[in-house]
Amino acid sequence: MSYIAKPKVTHPKMPRNKLGLTVRDYEGGVSTLCAGCGHDSITAAIIQAVFELGIEPHKLAKMSGIGCSSKTPAYFVSQSHGFNSVHGRMASVTTGGNAANHDLTYIGVSGDGDSLSIGMGQFAHVIRRNLNMCYIIENNGVYGLTKGQYSASADVGSVAKKAQPNRQMPIDPVSTAIGLGATYIARGFSGDKQQLVPLIKGALMHQGFALLDVISPCVTFNDNEGSTKSYAHTRQHFHHVIDADYIAPSEEIVAAYDEGEAMPIQMHDGSKIVFRKVNEDYDPTSRAAAFSFLRDSVNHGEIITGLLYIDESTGDMHSDASTVETPLSQVPYADLNPGSEKLAALMDRYR
Amino acid sequence: MKPTDTSNPDYFHKVVDCQWACPAHTDVPGYIRLIAQGEFSDAYMLNRKSNVFPGILGRVCDRPCEPACRRGRVEDKAVAICRLKRVAADHRDDIVDRLPKKPEKTNGNKVALLGAGCASLAVANDLLPMGYEVTIFEALGTTGGLMRTNIPQFRLPPKVLDEEINYILDMGADLRLNHRIESMKDLLDNGGFDAIFVGTGAPRGKELELPGRWDSENVHIGIDWLESVAFEHTKEIGANVLIIGVGNTAMDCCRTSLRLGAKDVKVMARKPRGFFKASEWELEDAEEENVEILVNHSPKEFVVENGKLVGMKFDQMEYNIDEDGRIDRGKSTGVITIPCSDVIVAIGQDNAFPWIERDIGIEFNEWDCPEVDKTTFMCSREGVFFGGDAAWGPENIIWAVAHGHEAAISIHKYCNGQSLADRLPRGVNLSSQKMGIHEWSFSNDYDAAERRIMPHVDLKERFKKLDIEVELGFTAEQAIQEVERCLNCDIQTVFVEKLCIECDACIDVCPVNCLTITEDGEEEDLRTRLSAPAENLEQDLYVSDILPQTGRVMVKDEDLCVHCSLCAERCPTGAWDMQKSDVLIPHVKDEIEADQPKRVSVGG
Repeated sequence: MSYIAKPKVTHPKMPRNKLGLTVRDYEGGVSTLCAGCGHDSITAAIIQAVFELGIEPHKLAKMSGIGCSSKTPAYFVSQSHGFNSVHGRMASVTTGGNAANHDLTYIGVSGDGDSLSIGMGQFAHVIRRNLNMCYIIENNGVYGLTKGQYSASADVGSVAKKAQPNRQMPIDPVSTAIGLGATYIARGFSGDKQQLVPLIKGALMHQGFALLDVISPCVTFNDNEGSTKSYAHTRQHFHHVIDADYIAPSEEIVAAYDEGEAMPIQMHDGSKIVFRKVNEDYDPTSRAAAFSFLRDSVNHGEIITGLLYIDESTGDMHSDASTVETPLSQVPYADLNPGSEKLAALMDRYR
Repeated sequence: MKPTDTSNPDYFHKVVDCQWACPAHTDVPGYIRLIAQGEFSDAYMLNRKSNVFPGILGRVCDRPCEPACRRGRVEDKAVAICRLKRVAADHRDDIVDRLPKKPEKTNGNKVALLGAGCASLAVANDLLPMGYEVTIFEALGTTGGLMRTNIPQFRLPPKVLDEEINYILDMGADLRLNHRIESMKDLLDNGGFDAIFVGTGAPRGKELELPGRWDSENVHIGIDWLESVAFEHTKEIGANVLIIGVGNTAMDCCRTSLRLGAKDVKVMARKPRGFFKASEWELEDAEEENVEILVNHSPKEFVVENGKLVGMKFDQMEYNIDEDGRIDRGKSTGVITIPCSDVIVAIGQDNAFPWIERDIGIEFNEWDCPEVDKTTFMCSREGVFFGGDAAWGPENIIWAVAHGHEAAISIHKYCNGQSLADRLPRGVNLSSQKMGIHEWSFSNDYDAAERRIMPHVDLKERFKKLDIEVELGFTAEQAIQEVERCLNCDIQTVFVEKLCIECDACIDVCPVNCLTITEDGEEEDLRTRLSAPAENLEQDLYVSDILPQTGRVMVKDEDLCVHCSLCAERCPTGAWDMQKSDVLIPHVKDEIEADQPKRVSVGG
């Protein structure tokens, strides 16, 4: 970490968003992570995405569990709501938060340990409920906070600093999410913000569960030769399959796309996701195609990135449960709790 | 774009905006840091090395450094560089022991310096310690030239002048006061000098030939009138004074008038505000003393009744200013007479060389000024050099000092039969300022403090005597606050591309968004693809070579970097480092040292 805080001075000509804020207004505290940590780049991408979307800071809830990744909500949008929960339980706490107040935009930041080991159960069930949230896994293949042991996402044969090669099969969060039925699935790389920022914007605006698996090199324990999650290895092997741009409802689709190359998909709020077909054979609306493509790419040692699957047709947890429009937190207590007499009357019907 | 060539000494020098803008290239951040450490004498000596007169310039320099200061772009107010120079002078200890000494034996070369003003004194300062026999001829009975005659004592006390001029004279100059050179030919033929330097300034105030100009004694020429006041020949002035012109001399004239009994002083400007020649701060100081500045008044006629000046007629002007800010010649919309008792004309100065014969090999140009080489300062006659205002017309003290350093090099080379054009190049030394893992040898945090305001003597008090210095100078406490505003632009961000892993840490942490990693391109195109608008074309882009992992380039827009070193702190591989750039500007001493055979040490 640094001894000085990032000075408050700004470039006098920084662009402003629709709220009149600059990107600097969406920053948080000084990062205490290692210099060069991929997580810090993801933090910067989140700041950029939230700034560009013009989300009001007090309408954002940032959620996390335990780990290096889970420290990062302290480093962005300091004027938003936040909950740093128990290890692996971010998904559950977010489910509770969203159940009570669906008016907030929920962004959960987790790691490969927090999601794929201790929080695997929560991870599976939050997908099953299609909770409306953006779930980011900052994936570096090691437990950085406890000095670099392999995590559940470490690839077979990958070598961390001063370690023997990993022998256990990895859990791939993306294929897992496809299998579990998630409705927005993407993979990015902390070292490629051009791709990452639109993916985060789409994930934040998606009505339902959005998973973003972001390869985020651990500079201290897993950025060495032999590691499959280093900056150099990721850069050599990552492929953009389908890049996507997020277009807000107020914006026109700029005619920068050639006919047949661009595929717009309407989102719930009227905004659009425009796919740029980097790989022509790929169909991001087919779960089966996405799954088999991923399996093939693993066999070729490729790291597939981009928006891999999207389904805008299903409802989220609230529509499945037919809750009222008004967030439950704002429904008067008398309506939420009709009282013991009403309960007794209800129970009487089953006697 | 071609990768930036940082081995060019000018590249990093240019990043230090203040030092680059200073004609004498004073190491501004260097002396400001010394002040921060309480090392006032060291700060004074560092100043003296380049600008020779820190106490004088700390009060009256035209400070080209301040409009250039990066702080003025990041916020709106520059660091008070000039007044910090005065802090170094005010708070220094006795530094006489640290001044260069005249060697016991002279080198036999005799040099004549004409005029005892700042240009000649700067030449003497460089040549005397090198063994030259220097004779200074001065027409007046005192030293200092315009510094003494044209700058009022309430801005520059004589004590300060004497002290710094004596530092130079005490190195053994032969000073001949009241010795006006009437004939250059005679001096060349019979003076017995190996070289002659002309530092006689621009001594002739411009005339305003309008009807009635010669009908009254109450029309004065600014610089002559100021000189007459300085020598106490003029001790009073009428109640209502009009000053014609809005340059810095006009400002000195109006403020001096107030101290000689004028009740109402108006500065008459031909053009609107924004087209004034006076520095912003001199205007401020005059207006603080309730001087009224009337714009769009073009002088037409002196109104003299019965041999007495009673007023002046002006055309009331109207101008058109185009989109580029250029003003047209304007047109008169009417005539107005403004009553007055005196008029002081301060509309500029000219060079005048009636004492230089035109047939002795010194060529004069169409403006009747000598042809002087911009690098060597020699005119068309070998061995005769010009500097200061005498060379190319009125500038200011710091330019004269810069001329003096360069002319001294030429004189040395001329006396030694060396080529005048063959001069040492500028250089730059870089040294890392890293002291620990996140620790630097300088105060790298950004201090949001605003510019300190210079305390002034009370408005009532200051008019009691002519020599009450208006500015009180910063106290040590005020100075400490002001020095922290300096952005340490000489502590450079130096990038080594082969170490970069493109993790974006530096880009994300930069408070002013001056870093970008992107595909290479031409400068015009690159400037449109950076993290923040890069619209200041006077500031360079620092472009790296191709980065190892992706083949992109690192681009830094130097414009607004606050040198906080966070890029270097957040860099995991040390690809960024903070390195102090020492700009090397050669003086005579360096030329002589470079000529000497390198000493080889033998044995243990």
